Amino acid sequence: MSGALKRVAWEHWVGLAGLVLLGIGSYVGLVEAPPERYMGEVGRILYIHVPTAWIALLTLTVAAVAAGMWLWKRRPGWDDVQVGCVEVGIILVAMLLVQGSTWARPTWGVFWTWDPRLTTAAILLLAFIAVLALRAFVDDAYRRATWTAVATLVAAVDVPIVYYSVKWWRTLHQDFSSPETVAGSMTLPLRINAFALLFLATWLVARRARLARLKRGTRVLEPPKRSALVAGE
Amino acid sequence: MSFSVQARAVLAKDLHVAWRGRARTAAVVAFAGTVLLLFSFAVGPDSATLAQHAPGYFWVALLLGSVLTLGDAFRVEVEDDALDGLLVLPIDTRALFLGKALASTIALVALAAALIPIAGLLYGVGVGGSWLHLGVFVLLGAAGLAAPGTLYAAMTARARGREVMLPLLLFPLVVPVLLAAVKGTSLALAGDPMDQVPSWLGLLIAFDLVYWSVCPLLLGAVLES
Repeated sequence: MSGALKRVAWEHWVGLAGLVLLGIGSYVGLVEAPPERYMGEVGRILYIHVPTAWIALLTLTVAAVAAGMWLWKRRPGWDDVQVGCVEVGIILVAMLLVQGSTWARPTWGVFWTWDPRLTTAAILLLAFIAVLALRAFVDDAYRRATWTAVATLVAAVDVPIVYYSVKWWRTLHQDFSSPETVAGSMTLPLRINAFALLFLATWLVARRARLARLKRGTRVLEPPKRSALVAGE
Repeated sequence: MSFSVQARAVLAKDLHVAWRGRARTAAVVAFAGTVLLLFSFAVGPDSATLAQHAPGYFWVALLLGSVLTLGDAFRVEVEDDALDGLLVLPIDTRALFLGKALASTIALVALAAALIPIAGLLYGVGVGGSWLHLGVFVLLGAAGLAAPGTLYAAMTARARGREVMLPLLLFPLVVPVLLAAVKGTSLALAGDPMDQVPSWLGLLIAFDLVYWSVCPLLLGAVLES
């Protein structure tokens, strides 16, 4: 490998691969794949929506694992990973909600419905935004990492309970017709986009973790509190 | 000191502090009562609607009041640096958690007990189902708010912006508690012909068990940093 290539951080290659795959996946999903039988052209949004859901949950699971590793090992690197995963996870869940609402309007006739998955995704988003807000209010780095880890773990434990509670709440109200599952011939764009988003998420998490590490390594240069040269001292 | 002795000592201390500061408790009751009153203005004077949604209003008022009550558990420790003294004691942080969370549960049940007659009076509802169910759901719901609330109060009491952080962290997490407690309360008020109480009771118990076992383990990490 030449010197110029060595200077490019590894995660950029992953990000590039993700962008290329996203391009291919979008082409296959939007042009090659046949329109969905029940939903027509609108159904094509699922080729990006479903992978987004997978990778969002994966990213937040990695955040919980990093939180556990921080509480166990107390290596600063785990805090870098956890903050990267929480931030990227929030973006993915927000994307998920926007895509879902875009799809729900023509399909169900409403932007929002109290479906367990929708409600759980919204609560997931709010819970992790709260974790980030908590970070912003804590100045000490060690305390910030520990509190983030605790809040991330508690939020991760909460998600399955929220899902089942909303499901119970819904089923005791009225039945919900679930969308048709995707046919076997349409799995190719799903798979391509899943890897594309996996690579893109890895790229962003690695960038964020690297930024956190570099920030940790810098020392803020402050002017001395009192100068010895001031007259009268 | 054995584990239960430590937990009971913390519980007794916190109840004592709460009793000494009962003027503040009365203010919290008045605040939650005001919230109950405001719902009738927000919804309109239609008494049928108010009676139908009374359990929901009651629990939202209790939830808003609980932020003030839960925040107190660690605010009193931080104010005079009492927390440092508490941590110097040879005390298990899990016992500390249990004592504080039990004290908060008791405070919340007391708040609920004060709010129930106000809600009944304002919304014109009575207990048509079972007093036992009502009591069980209030107790388990208060416990479900107190466990994560105590853990988060330990953080937010020492962070900037504590007034906004505690509800921001707590409210999304306690959605299962709110759902189960509201449904259980309305079944206790209106009766339970479809036998739905066991499923909501199960959900609430499962939530309580998870949080009362996870949060004590995490409090140590929160306090040492």
